[in-house]
Amino acid sequence: MSLFPTSAPHAHAPDSVPRLMGLVLLAVAPATLYGIVLFGWPALNLLLVTILACLLCEAVCLRLAGHAVRPFLLDGSALLTGVLLALSLPPWAPWWIGAVGGFFAIVIGKQVFGGIGQNIFNPAMLARVALLVSFPVEMTLWLEPRPLFSSHAPGFLESLTITLGGISDIDAVSGATILGHIRTELGMARELGQILPGHYQAGTAALGWTGGSLGETADLLVLLGGLWLLWRRVMTWHVPVALLATVLVLAGGFHGLNPERFASPAVHLLSGSLMLGAFFIATDPVTSPTTKLGQLIFGAGCGALVYIIRTWGGYPEGVAFAVVLMNAATPLIDHYVRPRIYGRTWRGQSRPVPERAKRPPVGSGEAE
Amino acid sequence: MKLFDFWGGVHPAGQKHLSAEQAIQVLPMPSRLHVPLQQHTGRPAVPAVKVGQTVRKGQLLGREQGGVSASVHAPTSGVIVAIGDFTAPHVSGLPLPTITLESDGEDRWLEREPPPDPFALEPEEVAARIGEAGIVGMGGANFPAAVKLSKARQAKVHTLAVNGAECEPYMTCDDRLMRERAEHIVDGIRLMLHALQASNAVIAIEDNKPEAVASMKAACQPERQIRVVVVPSRYPAGSAKQLIQILTGLETPAGGRGTDTGVLVHNVGTAYAVHRALRQAHPLISRIITVTGGAVARPQNLEAPIGALVEDLLAFCGGAMEATSRLLMGGPMMGQPLPGTRVPIVKGTNGILALTAAEARLEATPSPCIRCGRCVEACPMGLMPLEMSKRARHDDLDGAEAFGLIDCISCGSCAYVCPSHIPLVQYFEYARGALEARQRAEQKVKETRRLLEQHQARLARAEQAKAEAAARRQAEKRQAKAKVGAAA
Repeated sequence: MSLFPTSAPHAHAPDSVPRLMGLVLLAVAPATLYGIVLFGWPALNLLLVTILACLLCEAVCLRLAGHAVRPFLLDGSALLTGVLLALSLPPWAPWWIGAVGGFFAIVIGKQVFGGIGQNIFNPAMLARVALLVSFPVEMTLWLEPRPLFSSHAPGFLESLTITLGGISDIDAVSGATILGHIRTELGMARELGQILPGHYQAGTAALGWTGGSLGETADLLVLLGGLWLLWRRVMTWHVPVALLATVLVLAGGFHGLNPERFASPAVHLLSGSLMLGAFFIATDPVTSPTTKLGQLIFGAGCGALVYIIRTWGGYPEGVAFAVVLMNAATPLIDHYVRPRIYGRTWRGQSRPVPERAKRPPVGSGEAE
Repeated sequence: MKLFDFWGGVHPAGQKHLSAEQAIQVLPMPSRLHVPLQQHTGRPAVPAVKVGQTVRKGQLLGREQGGVSASVHAPTSGVIVAIGDFTAPHVSGLPLPTITLESDGEDRWLEREPPPDPFALEPEEVAARIGEAGIVGMGGANFPAAVKLSKARQAKVHTLAVNGAECEPYMTCDDRLMRERAEHIVDGIRLMLHALQASNAVIAIEDNKPEAVASMKAACQPERQIRVVVVPSRYPAGSAKQLIQILTGLETPAGGRGTDTGVLVHNVGTAYAVHRALRQAHPLISRIITVTGGAVARPQNLEAPIGALVEDLLAFCGGAMEATSRLLMGGPMMGQPLPGTRVPIVKGTNGILALTAAEARLEATPSPCIRCGRCVEACPMGLMPLEMSKRARHDDLDGAEAFGLIDCISCGSCAYVCPSHIPLVQYFEYARGALEARQRAEQKVKETRRLLEQHQARLARAEQAKAEAAARRQAEKRQAKAKVGAAA
């Protein structure tokens, strides 16, 4: 028997970093599978490429930094980054987009800062932003759903050509996301009343039967996964609720002012990667504030930036930019937003006991 | 009665079922007892006996030194065989001055008459008798009870909060005491109210102890000024600061005392000891201890004499030491690891816990912080443990202090929930120790500088005096010369 002295506590909640990562991966699995079914074999290829790239980069960096490779590689964080990155890419993106993205996410986004827990920016979102800025053509190639095994879906061999060599006939497959479509059409001075019919239906949008990034379209599945994480207490409601509520309030307000110019809250909620971002991206513990109030501010900031970028910015979608910008603000939020310490005022002085303490608590002294 | 909420907290697995249904058993008197002279906060007791002396049960062994101190008494009759160092029940395994008593097997009491009506005594006299009985806070604080009562009376405390929350997992000693000896506890509470000159008492019990609640409610029935309140089971509801918050919604001011809120917190075990001291004239020489954990064959609640060895208690419970990977005094959240089984139990020992490797989760190794904020959420004091530990790790003591290091109550809630298994409490204990050492060193430097300055001032004065004397002599000489000159 070992009586080696160690400090209390000698009990621990059945939680660990690999377990948390595993639960998040489980929660995002339905949306991932849906994306693969929706966009066929090339989507699966892309997912495998990003995961492999992330794991490989992680292993090399850990080795170079002289850390133990196995425990960190198996903690699930690099795997999760790979999955989230793939989910935010165009589903038929070529292999090198996935590989460069994986390199960016893990090496530039995470390991240069010192590895897990040290990074300032969400690795997957940093990679997506870098790719979008560097390769705008490949990163905005959207396609209509072509489910696995359907008549116009590519076969497995054909998918390898798409992944390795690129899409041969771009015009034949490409479409536009609803947010992209709205932006283009609004740019041509048309009104939403003319733009949306035929392109947007709340039902199909919620079910995800629409063009977009690999894993962002299935809003209902993403929502269910997120709610499951809340129920399992892997994360708290503060970031997602603040983020979604801010977008809804802003969208509702502007839509109320001018419904022909500003899309309705429902369109905002069910398009792009808002749901994915609210539950799986912005909630990244490393890059979001640690206090509840800080998380509310962070979520609201993300929501406001998403709405601003979508409505007035240069890109139709702004989740990645919004999250990365708010990531940069996280140290500031954590610096100023701290809980009040028990027995102290907000300023840290000893908190005097109010006068009522001089009297016995209400109701005492009487039998029940 | 309206209850309030405290911040944070965790829900560790209770594990109280292991011993909760075991009625209190009296531990057979061990042949030798090792009674440490310091079992309390403050100054150690001074030996009042000599080696070879025969003592009766309840006789004074060590006399309190005055101020914050507490006496110790003979847990049985027998002969003093040694007064010297013995391993203390502390992680360090360092020895403490201890009186070793060999039992004569007769367990004969020193005859003493209890006062006929303790309520006829002056409050100060009641407190004095509590002090004479060597009673300290039995919840683990170990602060001399009489000192606490007298100070609280001076502070005009209106409510006595009797702590029966027992929020530590595994521990059931207070639960059993409340179930089996409720009348005695209530009598002790009435006596403490008299000593305090306070009007109300509230007995707080967590809702996971319905039998104890029922038993205490029944015992309180005739008492209008004593009531039982059921508080939600959430660790650390039984911490004094959090209990005050639950009962009053008030916070103990930083750097202040709990009594600033008008409430004095005492453990149910202390109330029981007070009853024994004033009704039977029995000093505090035994207590209820839960011996439990997955590595104990037959977990039980024992009434054990102070000074019995941990191995005596474990042996009575069937032992099973092979599976023990961690041996603790106290519960798993705040208990102290023991340096071995040959250490005595003391007045503040509420449990002996032998955990298996699976229970203690020894396989977990710390990994980097992922800033999930669970520790912030769990902290009942409103601290940011992740920020404090980050600074403590890099010896940034000022930084850790600025984040509230001195407000930490070491409850361990943060480390309990940390998914990275970072030993946060250990960092805080280290930083606090380093901070104290630094403050001592600074004090020493300041004191040295003061002495040096005094020394230099003294030298300068001496120098000046010498110079003045020389000048005077010179002047006298000149004067003398002038006189001589004038005379000539």
